[in-house]
Amino acid sequence: MKTKKARLITQTVTYAVLILLFVILTVMINNKSISRTLKGQLIPICSWIVMAVSLNLVVGISGELSLGHAGFMSIGAFSGIIVSGWLLNGFGMEDPALRLFLSILCGGVIAGIFGVLIGIPVLRLRGDYLAIVTLAFGEIIKNVMNCVYVSVEGRSLNWGFLDGNLPGTLLLNGPMGAVKVKTIATFGAGFILVIFSLIVVLNLVNSRSGRAIMAARDNRIAAEAMGINITKYKMMAFVTAAVLAGMAGALYGLSMATLLPTKFSFNESINVLVFVVLGGIGNIPGSIVSATALTILPEKLRFLQNYRMLAYAILLILVMVLGNNPLLKTLWRRLIPGRNREQTGEEMRA
Amino acid sequence: MSETKRRQQTHMVPYPSRAIVPERDLGSMPVLECSHLGIEFGGLKAVDDFSVVMGRTEIGGLIGPNGAGKTTVFNLLTKVYQPTHGTMMLEGRDMGSMNTVDVSKAGIARTFQNIRLFNNMTVEENVRIGLHNQIRAGMFSGIFRLPRHWKAEKAQHEKTLELLNIFDMAGMADERAGSLPYGAQRRLEIVRALATNPKLLLLDEPAAGMNPHETEELMENIIRIRDQFQIAILLIEHDMNLVMGICEDICVLNFGKIIAKGTPEEIQANPAVIEAYLGKRKEAEA
Repeated sequence: MKTKKARLITQTVTYAVLILLFVILTVMINNKSISRTLKGQLIPICSWIVMAVSLNLVVGISGELSLGHAGFMSIGAFSGIIVSGWLLNGFGMEDPALRLFLSILCGGVIAGIFGVLIGIPVLRLRGDYLAIVTLAFGEIIKNVMNCVYVSVEGRSLNWGFLDGNLPGTLLLNGPMGAVKVKTIATFGAGFILVIFSLIVVLNLVNSRSGRAIMAARDNRIAAEAMGINITKYKMMAFVTAAVLAGMAGALYGLSMATLLPTKFSFNESINVLVFVVLGGIGNIPGSIVSATALTILPEKLRFLQNYRMLAYAILLILVMVLGNNPLLKTLWRRLIPGRNREQTGEEMRA
Repeated sequence: MSETKRRQQTHMVPYPSRAIVPERDLGSMPVLECSHLGIEFGGLKAVDDFSVVMGRTEIGGLIGPNGAGKTTVFNLLTKVYQPTHGTMMLEGRDMGSMNTVDVSKAGIARTFQNIRLFNNMTVEENVRIGLHNQIRAGMFSGIFRLPRHWKAEKAQHEKTLELLNIFDMAGMADERAGSLPYGAQRRLEIVRALATNPKLLLLDEPAAGMNPHETEELMENIIRIRDQFQIAILLIEHDMNLVMGICEDICVLNFGKIIAKGTPEEIQANPAVIEAYLGKRKEAEA
């Protein structure tokens, strides 16, 4: 754990770098000096960053393993799409910014409700039950969404399960997923969501509740003896993460013209977990960097064609191995003399 | 009515029948009252028929050979284990339905035999976790940095330094708890327990691993804590200098059963205690 001052510096730098990147990218978009692939990836990158940051709250800060984070994203995405279509068709709300805001909000709230429903029974238990249950949850959500039909007619929403004969405009079309989505998500909104999730997570971690969450992770028995209700604080972290994942999902869903339910599979949950592990468990700025890098990387490797995912895996392994290589760490320290003293001092104390 | 009833219960205490309450506390309600407390693991009675009464500002000692069940008693009192027999009352409140968290809120704090600090947090953060239920601010005030959050943070910071000053540790507030020397870690655990504003403080081998000089200081500090906070302290300790030096009453456990109770002088002269520690005395050695 860093001292207060170091923590403050890290946070300020994180916010500053993000804002700087946002300004540069906005200027580049206006100048049209940005490649089309990268431009198309900006909003997904934002949602994957939010996913990684929120999963880090569960895995890193509260120390529980969640393997179904994409499930919450799926719920957020489809409820966001439904809310957006409903507002547009039923209420004639044309303003995309307001519609996006309300959709993201609803996506977050509905995912949060599911988070509560899962958390209440599971987080009372000790052990790896959360991993098992969330794994199942992700798969169930994926399969349920495959069968759900939703249409909007006037101001009423029609639901159908395994039955697509609904009056009005179809919003969700079973296995075809969401079709003809009005893509109202913008990079600006994505940036705001990233900053919002950062504020939520970092402020939560550095508050009374956050200390309780970390205490429950570090030493359950001592935390209980200090009067900390473990279930309550694990719930707090888990539900907050679910809400943020739902918001990220809504943003993601509203940036795509079509969205298949099978998109949010177990693979995506593991992908987000890879972002978290590679960026450092409990390291929030690290999650941002790794989510960005690992979203861009597969696209950059397209020239390898069929060997793309193979190269991706090898690169991941290399980063993990080299990142822990003591020789390289020493070299890194020598190259940056300012870090030298601080780092060794830290290690000697540890 | 209930007062007389409670007194009667304590007469059922086995041998010797005198309940542990120092004379100056006799007027007020005892802080802790256990009667016939026991726990079985399978068929093994780890603690059996444990009955004590702790006065409001008493320093009590719990001693006994290794494996006698001393730490189990602490685990029963803090509800880490649920007792299978008997009742516990904290200031007249029945503790039967409480869990560990409720016990802490009700006013029992403890330290651990094998130190259980939050090693990766700073000294200050450790104490702040002890203050968790004392100075509160909700999750939303924390996330959105509402005035209530800042007020609570400030109050926690001030209270933390005040508590750390008991052991002259305020200078270490920003150090990592895991990097402190052993003795300081033990002291920090006591500070953290005190932060929960207890009525009864349970210390599990507070002097373990300390040198004689440190132990001497610790003894002074335990008495000072009692006088300053007006709380009862029950401690497990193997250092007989400490136990005989500061405990007003001592309870000796062996194989989960109370074999003796009394003042330090009485305990030192008690043949059952000597036998438990040293074995049976042979005629020739006398």
